[in-house]
Amino acid sequence: MAAAATVYNPAGFDFSNQIRNNFLADRGLPLPKATSTGTTIVGCLFKDGIILGADTRATEGDIVADKNCEKIHYITESIRCCGAGTAADTEFTTAMISSNMELHGLSTGRKPRVVTAMTMLKQYLFRYQGHVGAALVLGGVDATGPHLFTIHPHGSTDKLPYVTMGSGSLAAMAVFEAQWKPNMTREAALDLVNAAISAGIFNDLGSGSNVDACVITATKTDMLRNFVKPNERVTKERTYGFRRGTTAFTKEEIRSLVVQEEIIGVRDDAMDIDGS
Amino acid sequence: MAQTRSFNPYTENGGTILAISGQDFSVIAGDTRQSEGYSIQTRYAPKVFRLTDRAVLAVNGFAADGNMFVKKVKQRLEWYKHAHSKDMPLKAIARLIQTMLYAKRFFPYYVYNILGGIEEDGTGAVYSFDPVGSYEREACRAAGAAQSLVQPFLDNQIYFKNQVAAPGTTHPAHLPLPDVLSIVIDSFTSATERHIEVGDGLEVYIVLAKGRDLQDFEAIRARNVHLTQELTVTEDGERIFVMRLDLKKD
Repeated sequence: MAAAATVYNPAGFDFSNQIRNNFLADRGLPLPKATSTGTTIVGCLFKDGIILGADTRATEGDIVADKNCEKIHYITESIRCCGAGTAADTEFTTAMISSNMELHGLSTGRKPRVVTAMTMLKQYLFRYQGHVGAALVLGGVDATGPHLFTIHPHGSTDKLPYVTMGSGSLAAMAVFEAQWKPNMTREAALDLVNAAISAGIFNDLGSGSNVDACVITATKTDMLRNFVKPNERVTKERTYGFRRGTTAFTKEEIRSLVVQEEIIGVRDDAMDIDGS
Repeated sequence: MAQTRSFNPYTENGGTILAISGQDFSVIAGDTRQSEGYSIQTRYAPKVFRLTDRAVLAVNGFAADGNMFVKKVKQRLEWYKHAHSKDMPLKAIARLIQTMLYAKRFFPYYVYNILGGIEEDGTGAVYSFDPVGSYEREACRAAGAAQSLVQPFLDNQIYFKNQVAAPGTTHPAHLPLPDVLSIVIDSFTSATERHIEVGDGLEVYIVLAKGRDLQDFEAIRARNVHLTQELTVTEDGERIFVMRLDLKKD
């Protein structure tokens, strides 16, 4: 019976690694902390389609890991997805769904729909019970019109005309609630997305640097990378060059890396190389 | 099972402070952002305070404790002035701060203090403290949220750590005032770039020894007229200035 128990795999998930990890954490060896995109991400419906927006700061705790990262990910030509949460999870999840959407389009011979991407994302996230820490804003235009969704890490979704996510979501939503109107023009909607992301950048410490935007209409998708740059670094007061010889060393060894080879001829007549 | 509940009276309010002493001056600086978690409470909350004409105190950590502590130090200095008809000397203020901090050894002020100014012998000085009163006189010190970013930079640029002097020369013991001010400003703009709790504004206090030649400082002051303010009360003594600069607000 004991032998059978070792071969038998019970159905469902194997949580033995979690038991091990909790044991290690108790003994003072916590899991390494993942890079999180502290983040403000938004999406909004307008007259001709969808506009997505994102800030560009990535953090590791209270340190800025990346000052100009990209949070608007490609799903298909006319579907894009903003990611907040664990940076690696948002990147891999969107890349995988993008790949599956391409295959889906090839096998059906039609342009894939936004609901398809949304369903694939929510089913994937639900399967991992929130352990894949991706909080997403999915937007795009397909045969059935413009669509905008939020997808939470546990797999729940919302379909709304304007949405925000991430640590700056409250700041950004305050702007949307105050200013969003149905049937806005492209220019007005872009200004609104810019104002919403800026609210996150300046009022939420987890968000910062630049504004990225993506305008999706039935005919065209414009990725406006670094649409606004309100936080350029100021020039430094001094230059910090170091004199040659500043760094101390204990030993110097110079080795020749040139390979020397002696060639000895074995035949007198030259090899026939011209083929005549 | 019995539930353990506890009230935590402390919060961490971010920000960073820094002080550097020279031969006959001292520079004490701090950013003006006050935060809690991912929220900014205010973009202008001073962390650096003038105590006397030759002493400036920077406090960082739990803002409520910091403000209360500065208030109590100022009160003790006023009592001293009434009793002795003169300002307390810098090294005496340092010892006073030690005893005041240690008095609350088992319910500490959750603050790191840096005291800067001019000693009785006319030299620039910086004293740094831990929350329970251990202190030391140093040439430079950074404290607060971005201490781990700024202090290694200062060790390299002020103490010339990991730098070999050019043959036949030695590293200077004290840097001139313009160099120190540049290093202070660069420390804060760089900390603002990489630390989310640092930014909004910068206040730099400059304490100059009695009778010091003001030529180098006047040149800097001329470039930042609208940013620089003199706080000196008495004439022909030490002079104190404050420079207010902008930092990034994201």
